[in-house]
Amino acid sequence: MVEFEVDGEPVKVFEGQTILDGLRKKGIDTPTLCYGETLRPANVCRVCVVEIEGARVLAPSCSRKAEPGMKVRTDSERVRHSRRLVLEFLASSTDLSTAPEAEAYCAEYEAAPERYGPPAPPDPDRDRKRAGHHLEPDGLTAATVYAPVKVDNELYVRDYSKCILCYKCVDACGDQHQNTFAITVAGRGFDARISTEYVVELPESACVYCGNCIAVCPTGALMFKSEHDLRAAGEWDAEGQTVTTTVCPYCGVGCNLDLHVQDNRIVKVTSPADHDVTQGNLCIKGRFGFQHVQGP
Amino acid sequence: MDIKLIDAEATAAERAALDHLLGPPTSSWEGGIRVPERDTRTAATGHAQRSRRHELLPALWAIQERIGWISPGAINYVCERLTVPPADAYGVATFYAMLSTEPRPSRVVHVCEDLACRCHGSQELIAQIEERFGGEGELSDDGSATWYRSPCLGQCDRAPAVLVSDASETPRESVLAPVTASTALAVLAGGEPPALVFPPLPQEDEPSLRLLRRVGRVDPVSLDDYRAAGGYAALRRAIELGPDGVLREVKDAKLQGRGGAAFPTGVKWEAVARQPARPHYLICNADESEPGTFKDRAVIEGDPFALIEAMTIAAYATGCELGYVYLRGEYPDAHRILGAAIDAARERGLLGEDVMGEGFRFELVIFKGAGAYICGEETAIFNSIEGFRGEPRNKPPFPVVEGVFSKPTVINNVETLVNVLEILERGGPGFAAVGTEASTGTKLFCVSGHVVRPGVYEVEFGATLRELLELAGGLAAGSELQAVLLGGAAGGFLRPDELDLPLTMEDARAAKTTLGSGVVMALDTTVDLPRFLQRIAAFFRDESCGQCVPCRVGTVRQQEALARLVNGHGRGDEVELIREIGQCMRDASICGLGQTASSAIESAIDRLGVFK
Ligand SMILES: Cc1cc2nc3c(=O)[nH]c(=O)nc-3n(C[C@H](O)[C@H](O)[C@H](O)COP(=O)(O)O)c2cc1C
Ligand code: SF4
Ligand code: SF4
Ligand code: SF4
Ligand code: FES
Repeated sequence: MVEFEVDGEPVKVFEGQTILDGLRKKGIDTPTLCYGETLRPANVCRVCVVEIEGARVLAPSCSRKAEPGMKVRTDSERVRHSRRLVLEFLASSTDLSTAPEAEAYCAEYEAAPERYGPPAPPDPDRDRKRAGHHLEPDGLTAATVYAPVKVDNELYVRDYSKCILCYKCVDACGDQHQNTFAITVAGRGFDARISTEYVVELPESACVYCGNCIAVCPTGALMFKSEHDLRAAGEWDAEGQTVTTTVCPYCGVGCNLDLHVQDNRIVKVTSPADHDVTQGNLCIKGRFGFQHVQGP
Repeated sequence: MDIKLIDAEATAAERAALDHLLGPPTSSWEGGIRVPERDTRTAATGHAQRSRRHELLPALWAIQERIGWISPGAINYVCERLTVPPADAYGVATFYAMLSTEPRPSRVVHVCEDLACRCHGSQELIAQIEERFGGEGELSDDGSATWYRSPCLGQCDRAPAVLVSDASETPRESVLAPVTASTALAVLAGGEPPALVFPPLPQEDEPSLRLLRRVGRVDPVSLDDYRAAGGYAALRRAIELGPDGVLREVKDAKLQGRGGAAFPTGVKWEAVARQPARPHYLICNADESEPGTFKDRAVIEGDPFALIEAMTIAAYATGCELGYVYLRGEYPDAHRILGAAIDAARERGLLGEDVMGEGFRFELVIFKGAGAYICGEETAIFNSIEGFRGEPRNKPPFPVVEGVFSKPTVINNVETLVNVLEILERGGPGFAAVGTEASTGTKLFCVSGHVVRPGVYEVEFGATLRELLELAGGLAAGSELQAVLLGGAAGGFLRPDELDLPLTMEDARAAKTTLGSGVVMALDTTVDLPRFLQRIAAFFRDESCGQCVPCRVGTVRQQEALARLVNGHGRGDEVELIREIGQCMRDASICGLGQTASSAIESAIDRLGVFK
């Protein structure tokens, strides 16, 4: 066991566990966005940072291993400041309207994204930005990642105006879960974006529609088309939905399915991230093969 | 790995470019002609295939240099040959500014718009090109040339500078510096780029030079000249001492890294030498993209064997059999000269299976960067070499434990390494006798801007900034010093009344500034400081890898706040906002780029009182 100190109180975690594991054990609420239970920490959002006594900079609690005797602060002015600014940076550049967690953190940390100016309009060329070049800003608007929504298949929609570049979908599609490698981070800096090769549409790409990227996306940037269409029509009703757990009927692996049902129709399918068979992952049949249940 | 390709075929020229690098494909699994009796039974899979990922960036370069851009068909062929998913290859290709995934003409003129060139008329140069040729990215009448703005090209001592890339079967890159508008326009019109004249070293006649003593005085590619000038005595001495003896001397010398972080080199070397995991790797960091920095180029162009010998010693002491020189892509002359020197050293048995007949093996290769300042960050170099996007990794684990290919890795700056020759020739304590107690030896400074004789200067640690500026001839008669930028874009400004600062690591720290990569840029009163700061902000925005939120968005918000101040649209809170953004970038960014992205701007506010 490793014993260290959090806000003046001792906490013990197993060897190899992170500071975040210790914080959760102590019941200290810590915001996380890019962290996923089933993925290796990308530690890129930096909203989970904490102060470690003696360290020059703050540390991401989601990935930093606990060390004996470490003195960690989660409530210092420096910690609150960085968390607040990170949230302001995201909220001023990204559409967080389907990211309730992020919105709740913004409220908790009193993020004021409006102080960076009115958001800039969508950029239809965002997918083709050249590394190392940008148009000189005038500062009158705050640059955003807004871009036209991508609807190029019947199963799911990609709205990268909502993307916080947490890397989870890329990691899930790549060697951590799916091993399909259909998507990547392309470009650099503020113009970095999730893309297929040469921005080809999904049906032309390597995508096999497992939907495992949708399952890990924390912002709703990746969304079942059924959900997207209902939201567009103003008919999405999360409260009115029921969730039925069943086992996928297609093959013998035994994946748990959670069927989200609204008005007697399946509107999306997930699998619990803590399910030991799936870790939240499914294949196209379990994820999207529900159309036949409800007919045309 | 089963990879799905896109619907596009490589052209014959694209295939030829790649086959030239990788050799012809051995089977249809690699995109070659299908020979049924050979290819139908076995698929190339497993480790041998996956282990080719590190050839991705060289492969993309091969296409870029031959064709001028990387088409979907070309990516397909690269991916077939190396078993890399096309999306991944696209992600890597779009990371680097010198690679293009959109059609580009065969000739591209990269015009430096960065700090030192601004002091020497680059904005007027760009205005002339815009007026007489056309805007950035527009094509010449015959469609064969275009131009783009570029960050610092590392030619600040002969500013203003442009780099001409010519894609063809015999690709060529040429530096033109100093360049006039008429030369640049002639090249854009298809003219032959004039040959570069290497200016003499400003301290040419100074007898006390150590690191620079051969630069400009010996033929850089002649091994005989190098030996006649004392070359390879240090490696002999190293072999007499044995690896532990070398480590002891380097520690006794108290050598500190010259790449910016001033980490004790002996400690780093010892840590790698003691790692049981094998192999160990050695990397020389020659990415040198900090605006205003050009010392490593001067050393490589003028004395490449010194770097080769120093790396051989480092490898001997730390148990490395393979070394990389990660050289920035914008240094064609350094690449050519170092490449020739490596070949010569190999031919004479000074590199290879049995170095000097002493029974140890050391191979050295040049790895060409592709336009990314962030790839000077040590862990970003690892990713770049391995064929991934040049994004810094999380530390810990530190490079000495898990570096390139997840193996223990020594990574050092060019200047750090060449100091090792001095250490072995003088002994550790002898080396430490020069300089100050904490900053030992001599230091190379890149003096540029409005001084009479810009160039690389070698002085003992402890010389003052005033003395250094005087060595460089001071400012031209009639001009008045406004400020000095010390340490580069990631450094800070000093006022004219602060020139008595002794140039040591400890004095810089105490004065809340940094020597950084050795940049000393003198700005006279004609420099429009707020606009100069805007360029620094634009640089960090362009060069952020985009991985972490504080830097990816913070550099943009910082730039926008500056723009409002400069354009007179301020809302009154900009200076405070810049400080708040700076605090978050410093505290919460993953790497040094974000952590220092506001330091020059904040120092201009604090020390120079801009925006008061
Ligand atoms: C954004 C960034 C760029 C860097 N660029 C360089 C570089 O071009 N050359 C270099 O030697 N070090 C550079 N460094 C520092 C390296 O990370 C590393 O500290 C250095 O190569 C270690 O060598 P040294 O101990 O010999 O200085 C850079 C660091 C950062 C954060
Ligand atoms: S649906 Fe599956 S295969 Fe397609 S991009 Fe998402 S994770 Fe990759
Ligand atoms: S699409 Fe979603 S999962 Fe992917 S990087 Fe963006 S926010 Fe993260
Ligand atoms: S600080 Fe900037 S350059 Fe460094 S990892 Fe973060 S985004 Fe990339
Ligand atoms: S949750 Fe830790 S950095 Fe994103």
